[in-house]
Amino acid sequence: MNPLVFLLLAVLTVAAAISVVVTANPVHSALGLVVTLFLLSVFFVALDAQLVAVLQVIVYAGAIVVLFLFVVMLLNLQGERRLTGGMGLLVAAIAGALAFTALLVTLLGRSAPAPSTTVPAGFGETQALAQRLFTSHLLAFELTSVLLLVAVVGAVALSRR
Amino acid sequence: MVTETTTLRWIIALPAAGVLFHLLLGARWPRAVKVVGPGVVAVAFGVVVASALQLFRLAPGAALHDRVYTWIVVGPFQADAALRLDALSAVMALVVTGVGFLIHVYSVGYMHGDQGLARFFAYLNLFMTAMLILVLADNLLLLFVGWEGVGLCSYLLIGFWYDKVENAVAGKKAFLVNRIGDAGFLLGLFLLVTTLGTHGVWTLDVTAIEQHLSHLANARTVFGWPVPTVVCLLFLVGATGKSAQIPLYVWLPDAMAGPTPVSALIHAATMVTAGVYMIARLHALYALAPVALMVVAAVGTATALLAAVIAIAQTDIKRVLAYSTVSQLGYMFLAVGVGASGAAVFHLVTHAFFKALLFLGAGSVIHGMGGEQDLERMGGLRRHMPITFWTMTIATLAIAGVPPTAGFFSKDEILHAAVSGPQALPILGVIGFVVAFLTAFYTGRLLFLAFLGECRASEEVQHHVHESPAVMTIPLLMLGVLALVGGALPVPETLVPVVGHAETGETPLAMLALASALALGGLALAYTLYVRLPGLPLVLAWRLGRAYTLVRDKFRVDELYDVLVVRPLFALAGLVAWPVDEGIIDGTVNGLAVLVGTTSGVARRLQTGNVQHYALSFLFGALLLLGYYAFR
Amino acid sequence: MNPTPLSWYLGLSAVLFTVGVLGVLVRRNVIIIFMAIEIMLNAVNLAFVAIARSLGSMDGQVMVFFVMTVAAAEAAVGLAIILAVFRSRETTNADELMSLRW
Repeated sequence: MNPLVFLLLAVLTVAAAISVVVTANPVHSALGLVVTLFLLSVFFVALDAQLVAVLQVIVYAGAIVVLFLFVVMLLNLQGERRLTGGMGLLVAAIAGALAFTALLVTLLGRSAPAPSTTVPAGFGETQALAQRLFTSHLLAFELTSVLLLVAVVGAVALSRR
Repeated sequence: MVTETTTLRWIIALPAAGVLFHLLLGARWPRAVKVVGPGVVAVAFGVVVASALQLFRLAPGAALHDRVYTWIVVGPFQADAALRLDALSAVMALVVTGVGFLIHVYSVGYMHGDQGLARFFAYLNLFMTAMLILVLADNLLLLFVGWEGVGLCSYLLIGFWYDKVENAVAGKKAFLVNRIGDAGFLLGLFLLVTTLGTHGVWTLDVTAIEQHLSHLANARTVFGWPVPTVVCLLFLVGATGKSAQIPLYVWLPDAMAGPTPVSALIHAATMVTAGVYMIARLHALYALAPVALMVVAAVGTATALLAAVIAIAQTDIKRVLAYSTVSQLGYMFLAVGVGASGAAVFHLVTHAFFKALLFLGAGSVIHGMGGEQDLERMGGLRRHMPITFWTMTIATLAIAGVPPTAGFFSKDEILHAAVSGPQALPILGVIGFVVAFLTAFYTGRLLFLAFLGECRASEEVQHHVHESPAVMTIPLLMLGVLALVGGALPVPETLVPVVGHAETGETPLAMLALASALALGGLALAYTLYVRLPGLPLVLAWRLGRAYTLVRDKFRVDELYDVLVVRPLFALAGLVAWPVDEGIIDGTVNGLAVLVGTTSGVARRLQTGNVQHYALSFLFGALLLLGYYAFR
Repeated sequence: MNPTPLSWYLGLSAVLFTVGVLGVLVRRNVIIIFMAIEIMLNAVNLAFVAIARSLGSMDGQVMVFFVMTVAAAEAAVGLAIILAVFRSRETTNADELMSLRW
């Protein structure tokens, strides 16, 4: 991807993410989250992960965020007056977060391998993903389906009166 | 010439079995206790008699030896639990079991109806066991076991009626004072065994010690003092504790808090003689230390004089006899100190007879008067208690030394050796004569105040006064016979092979006459003051004023010890108890608890319950990890 | 085709992750906290995909697949818990949900 395009999209993504965290109204946060997810999907396409990009839109933006919105509406949440839990916590969190970022960037930048400009044919497509998924990661796949079952049962059990 | 045998152990095993019986089954069969208690002692006496007969059929200087088992083996040092019956221990064992048996029988009557009868006989049998171990031990370590054992029994029996706190206090005092003596004894043992050890002889067997005396004779201690002298003086410290000599005699008068049979057995006839026995047994060692012998004689004489003077002014019947015992023990120490161990043991035997008789008679009086012990409230008991009176009279004559009683012969041997024996110290002999006069005086005083004259007791008591039952009077009679004729026993001659001869020759007639005159004179003076002219003693006491009260208050020695020793010790203990025990030790332990509490009080504030705070700490943890990897 | 180095993608992932962390730590409304968690997960997804592209291996994308699945399950159960808590406590304020304190 053209670096300039990357930069533009990156700034937008970070701005959207910040808006999720900063706004008072939960519905506005959810909206910001959707924007973030869409932008990330764009990045996925640029990185030859087409299937994952589509799944991101369908599952994440389409289902999970909708679920969030259901709950927000159900609880009829208003915007809060005071956003954060005290000045000390805010200061400590920001300081820690900045240090964290710095360290992460240092580390990640240090050990990043050189990107290959060519990828195998069919990279990122459904066939390739499925081939990996159902052979070497079969056990994880099966366990994940059990996990989903458990989550469904749990959600139903927890929300009963 | 030593003969091995296995019978000696039964002398000790029988009273020990009695102890077990009384402890385990005595509460259930009280009637059996009255039989078993004296019974085991009687059988033990029989065994002693048989063994003694066997012994005396052998050559003089022979001994029976019973090696029961190997007791201690530590490197080169070995101590066996071995018993030895030679002339000296045979005489002691006969006295202990014989007089002991009579006192056991007497106790059946005296302690009749007491709640703790089984416990009493258990302790009494235990005492017999320990005393016989002491007397028959072949080995100083085993002797010490018996030594400690009789001390324990003394404590148990003095405080027998423990519901009265003063009895317990008296028992404690006896034990503690004895302990001081025991410390000296132990130090002597240590020095002895290490000195012998440097010559390769690692043992405390008496016979072995006697064989290797040459090693000791030239040995010097760290400070340059000759070892035999130091060892003998240390043993003397132990003996003064056990035999109530200066300075450790203070427990004996207080020990009268125990039942009278206990006073008779332990504090007159047997236990208190252990010190004399020990020195007699080790006479060969003492022969190497003439200085120590002089100290022994001096201590004995001083004690005899002091105790006799105090006895004159006492009003409690048992206290008079207690000081009398201290005084007579002083005579025995004088005897061993001038090298006449045979005379000392002879006096030990006769003293056992007449002193036990005096105590049992006093017990009979106390029993008959319903518990009264104050001489000033007695009098005229001769009519009500004739047997007691006549036997007490015999005992008085014996202790005074009126011929031909037993006491006359034994006391005379001592005085003769003191004045003109080979190691004589004539000045001490002269004091000995003075004490003889005083002895006659205070014992006569006791007899006359109690039995003659008008009865000073209340009407009610006079109604109830009665003679004691046969179980108590028969032992009195038997002891009376022994006190009369016991002088004929050839004790010193028998002991020659073991303890040597004082080389005194026949006692000059003049000395015999002087001793008899002093005895009769003392008795006559007592008769005059307490029967003929009853008001005179009071006048004299008033005239003497301060001096009299000082004597009556036993020269305030107990008070002196209290100030010099007891209070500083308490202060020292307090010094340790509060700052060290409560402050430092408790402080440390409590301080640790407080520390834990404070730390947790601070640390628990981390548990805010706010999940976001916890997440923050996750973040910081991740920071640390990343930082580590980033700057590695 | 892309001259944008891999490290840029990783850097973006790091920044997004940090934004999510801040949201978790600072906001009081539990729903917003959950959304911040989703942001964190997505940042990780980005990192996986970028490195998968760089290494030429599909395993990274399989990982993303699983992350999405688990995130969905987690969101469902978590929101159900919030509902239950809201029913009994009448609040979605994280500050007031601290009965496990000292």
